[in-house]
Amino acid sequence: MQETIQINGYELVYKKPSTLTEKPFHYCPGCGHSVVHRVLMEVIEEMGIQERTIGVAPVGCSVFAYDYMDIDMQEAAHGRATAVATGIKRIHPDKFVFSYQGDGDLAAIGTAETIHAVNRGENILMIFINNAIYGMTGGQMAPTTLLEQVTSTTPYGRKHEAMGYPLKITDLLANLPGAYFVTRQAVHSVNAVRKLKKAIEKSFEYQKLNRGTSFIEVVSNCPSGWKMTPVESNKWLEENMFPMYPLGDIKLPKEK
Amino acid sequence: MEQKTNGKREARLMKGNEALAEAAIRADIDAYFGYPITPQSEILEYFTAEMPKRHGIVLQAESEVAAINMVYGAAGAGGRVMTSSSSPGISLMQEGISYIASAQLPCLIVNVNRGGPGLGTIQPSQGDYFQATKGGGHGDYHLIVLAPASVQEMADFVFDAIRLAEKYRTPAMILADGALGQMMEKVVLPEEGSLPKPEKPWATVGKPAYRKRNIITSLFIEPEKMEGINFQLQDKYTAMQEEVRYEEIALDDAEIALVAFGLSARVCQKAVDIAREKGIRVGLLRPITLYPFPKKAISSLADKVNFLLVVEMNAGQMVEDVELAVNGKKPVYFKGRMGGMIPTPEEVVDRLESLIEKLSISEV
Amino acid sequence: MIKGTVIIERDICKGCELCIVACPQESLGLSNNINLHGYRYAELIKDNCTGCVNCAIVCPDVAITVYRQPKAALKKAI
Repeated sequence: MQETIQINGYELVYKKPSTLTEKPFHYCPGCGHSVVHRVLMEVIEEMGIQERTIGVAPVGCSVFAYDYMDIDMQEAAHGRATAVATGIKRIHPDKFVFSYQGDGDLAAIGTAETIHAVNRGENILMIFINNAIYGMTGGQMAPTTLLEQVTSTTPYGRKHEAMGYPLKITDLLANLPGAYFVTRQAVHSVNAVRKLKKAIEKSFEYQKLNRGTSFIEVVSNCPSGWKMTPVESNKWLEENMFPMYPLGDIKLPKEK
Repeated sequence: MEQKTNGKREARLMKGNEALAEAAIRADIDAYFGYPITPQSEILEYFTAEMPKRHGIVLQAESEVAAINMVYGAAGAGGRVMTSSSSPGISLMQEGISYIASAQLPCLIVNVNRGGPGLGTIQPSQGDYFQATKGGGHGDYHLIVLAPASVQEMADFVFDAIRLAEKYRTPAMILADGALGQMMEKVVLPEEGSLPKPEKPWATVGKPAYRKRNIITSLFIEPEKMEGINFQLQDKYTAMQEEVRYEEIALDDAEIALVAFGLSARVCQKAVDIAREKGIRVGLLRPITLYPFPKKAISSLADKVNFLLVVEMNAGQMVEDVELAVNGKKPVYFKGRMGGMIPTPEEVVDRLESLIEKLSISEV
Repeated sequence: MIKGTVIIERDICKGCELCIVACPQESLGLSNNINLHGYRYAELIKDNCTGCVNCAIVCPDVAITVYRQPKAALKKAI
């Protein structure tokens, strides 16, 4: 390691994982995306599986995930990440494969691919970032947008009469037999980030054992889309998102 | 069912769709992803029956949209992969095909063309010529397109299409039609394991420490980069022109040329026989590669003959490419049937006779 | 008390303030200066960092590296 381990006699206790590239994140200040990227890459570094992991990047703000994650990756069309991940996993059943998608991607345009990948019990990790908004295209309504939430396409708030209800796709997926591990996490606090990391670790362990689909929803923020400061956005998230999308494990493996 | 002839290549009586699927297994494909649609469901059925006993992965996807994206993923991961469908299903796949072309991944897509537009009919058609040869989805790209005219070619072209797809890192299409898919003929199957697999150092297989990460993408947000990719693609399409294939039948002394592909070419072959019995000196040029298109061959043909008649099972699609190749040197006429109707050889000969009559009148 | 310190990459920080909220010691604050990209950046404002890593865990830009007094040194101090 050429890294200076010590400074003033102090030892290094935290640094950027080597599985992230040098490129600074392009995300808005306070965005949860890059926290999830980093935690995911920390797990891949710590488990020593960088050489055996293939990721699928989505369409949306994290479309350039492969600029940051120093692993082999494929970019998928909007909604199709789990179909692409299926193709990869079927060719390389011994490799670790994950998909990474936002709410519009996974729960609107890609609903069919999402449900069927889980229903087949594809032995992959699906990471689902739910920030209740289409961030990339400028803050439009997502399937997970809360009732009365104002977005650029619900300027008077989301009304269920015309636009339906927030879609709790994670709960829906947990009912499918192919789903092995389903959990809802967040990145708004130190504890939340630590729990997310545990969940990702477990998911890759299950994948190693060929157990089926691991599905992690991350309730995240979009300070720019929500038109808040990052600190305000995390507070809003706790007060408004968590009642609809409560954190915790939704489906745990039955066996020990 | 199998007829082995002591060590020699075996001949079988097979449906076009089944011959194609059997050839694909013999071409050592790693995976097939598909979705049922008439008139090509036998391809998926054949794989689901055979692959578990032999080798390769078969997966019935939840839609054609998912199937083509599985192909994208598996091809990006270095697999030799294919899908098949029929016209409405191929329309659904267009987004994925555009991504595959841009990301420069080799794969085989089979379209057993049926009559359209819309849900149309399950009867044979050549109405997807434009879609197949002009790109089909968004952006500037082409597929290599091979058009079989027999069950034998349904099998043989699987090898040719995969070889070309891998050579140029591009999606290749076999454009057949419902009749070729359903008809039974004798076929001598290609030998198993005779198609070597090339190295794919660009594939996503997991990044070893010694190399940079491999990224499969079609997103190049800086316009300079995206134009660069486009130049790369166009250079590839220019290089592909040397792969042009066509068949010439009775053209040596021909005064009139028929131009037709696939099933229409079979009809025209019969029409040539009938017409020649009547003393009409007509021959046939059959494009085998629809992209790249045999422009030069048709251009020089136009120097020899008095006129050309293009016969298609559509409202006139390839005729536009023939007209471009002929470039006004000689008249180009069109005879087409649509919506699942197949022209008869007699219809073609009638058209020839009426054209000859009309032209000799106008010459006087 | 364990002593620690952080090094914040000034031009990577986007001034989101999540580290400031996460720090139990209130050691961090926003600088009045701006960085290369025009953000006010986070910096140590007190000498009471314990190297607990909380700031680095919530930092979306992985701008923070954390160091801590070795346990051996701690024993010596006591």
